[in-house]
Amino acid sequence: MITRLSPFLALMLVVGYVFLYGPIVALVVYSFNASRLVTVWAGFSTHWYAELLHNEAIRRATLVSLEIALVSATGALLLGTLAGFALQRYRRFRGRALFGALATAPLVMPEVITGLSLLLLFVALEQAIGWPEGRGMLTIVIAHVTLGTAYVAVVVEARLAGFDRSLEEAALDLGARPFKVFLVITLPLIAPALAAGWLLAFTLSLDDLVIASFTSGPSSTTLPMVIFSSVRLGVSPQINALATLFLVAVAVLVMVAGRLMGAGSRPQR
Amino acid sequence: MRARAVMALPYLWLVLFFLVPFLIAFKISLAEPASGIPPYTPLIESGAAGWRVHAVADNYRILVADKLYALAYLNAVEFAGISTVFCLLLGYPLAYGIVRAPRRFRGVLLLLVILPFWTSFLIRVYAWIGLLKGNGLINNMLIALGLVHEPLALINNAFAIYVGIVYSYLPFMVLPLYAQLEKLDPALLEAAADLGCRPWRAFARVTLPLSLPGIVAGSLLVFIPAVGEFVIPDLLGGPDTLMIGKVLWDEFFANRDWPVASAVAVVMLVLLLVPMGFIRRLLQGERA
Repeated sequence: MITRLSPFLALMLVVGYVFLYGPIVALVVYSFNASRLVTVWAGFSTHWYAELLHNEAIRRATLVSLEIALVSATGALLLGTLAGFALQRYRRFRGRALFGALATAPLVMPEVITGLSLLLLFVALEQAIGWPEGRGMLTIVIAHVTLGTAYVAVVVEARLAGFDRSLEEAALDLGARPFKVFLVITLPLIAPALAAGWLLAFTLSLDDLVIASFTSGPSSTTLPMVIFSSVRLGVSPQINALATLFLVAVAVLVMVAGRLMGAGSRPQR
Repeated sequence: MRARAVMALPYLWLVLFFLVPFLIAFKISLAEPASGIPPYTPLIESGAAGWRVHAVADNYRILVADKLYALAYLNAVEFAGISTVFCLLLGYPLAYGIVRAPRRFRGVLLLLVILPFWTSFLIRVYAWIGLLKGNGLINNMLIALGLVHEPLALINNAFAIYVGIVYSYLPFMVLPLYAQLEKLDPALLEAAADLGCRPWRAFARVTLPLSLPGIVAGSLLVFIPAVGEFVIPDLLGGPDTLMIGKVLWDEFFANRDWPVASAVAVVMLVLLLVPMGFIRRLLQGERA
């Protein structure tokens, strides 16, 4: 009896989910509005989607953002997996405290601080050794890899924490070399975490406005930067349409990832 | 030896691209603004008289002397703090409700909390503009229902900032609370009930204290990034909002004063180091 859902908690669940999804539903509904005014309903129309497809600035920025997100998510996956592995498996090494702090701080560090500091580093490096030459996609990728690494590390570390090591030990006992054990036992078992980590790093990169604004150059305007400057001028149904497409893409990706993970293993505990 | 091989690459990367940048920001916060590229004076000057260190505390003096900066820091802490409390008041029952929901729904309910986090943060903030505007959805509805006669001022004020922060950071609050509450043994509450404890009292005496680590973790995960928030005050708070993240942005992009922007960042970082240390210890405690 005691673990039953009380009426109060049931009500709070409803309030919570309405709060979380109400704005998103309104955003999607008004992307199909015929009127230019986002708030007055004037009939169903896909006009804004058609206009969006012909918006050259948004098209170009989308390609830039996708390229940055693909490269930086992959880099973050590599570094984050190594970091998560080191933090979970090796309890004692010199500099572990600093390493742990460096791997988690990007999760909560205000973006304006990270963005400004990275820009200052890039400028100082360019002055000192001539690299990186100016700011652009490369500097945004470096910034996003740094941010994504922290997220991947946390996800991988959590997965490794709830991991049955006897399988690895059995393989080692049977004479497999450590690297082979990692490839055929460990890697498949943490694959769902790797997929989740990569996706997380990918969407973070695709969505980042602040850090990208600091580290970008004149030739590399990302999608969030275009959205932001447009939103600053006022709401526009085109942005609603863009947001709707984005939401659909994310929902599909997350559902596919959920399926993959559900097939791979039951949720923890 | 293997430890060294595995961690070398991420360690070097994080030191170079996360730790060193802060040291450089600190260095530049001691420089004077200059016209040119980059727009600040070098820390070490080599002249006829040999090497000379040129460091000034002017930028920090400006932060202290100009009341605007102190106010911006205080405002940021206040906005972030109050939003964190609202986040907790909404997030706690939500997390508890998910834990108490029938087992087969739990996964879906939890996914629904996480899902907005995967979608664009910028878009979610943007969604609120359409709702809160003078002729926005909420005002239109209130007027249609006859509850108010003229639009309420819902945007470009503190209220909109609270809404924006609570909305954007709610998943960060719910997840650690859920993880903590899920571990709670229901037998403890049954024992309390058997001994004649009323549900609310049992909650206050058993559930609440046992979920304290989750409360602290969730609150810090919301509070720390919210202090430096830029997008929410800029889009929802209106042009006159004084929050330190926005001040830093404006110093850099509008005034192009890199040394003062660096000093603002350094002071913010120092203020946040203590709560950041806590969060690290909490995360580590969970792993141990």
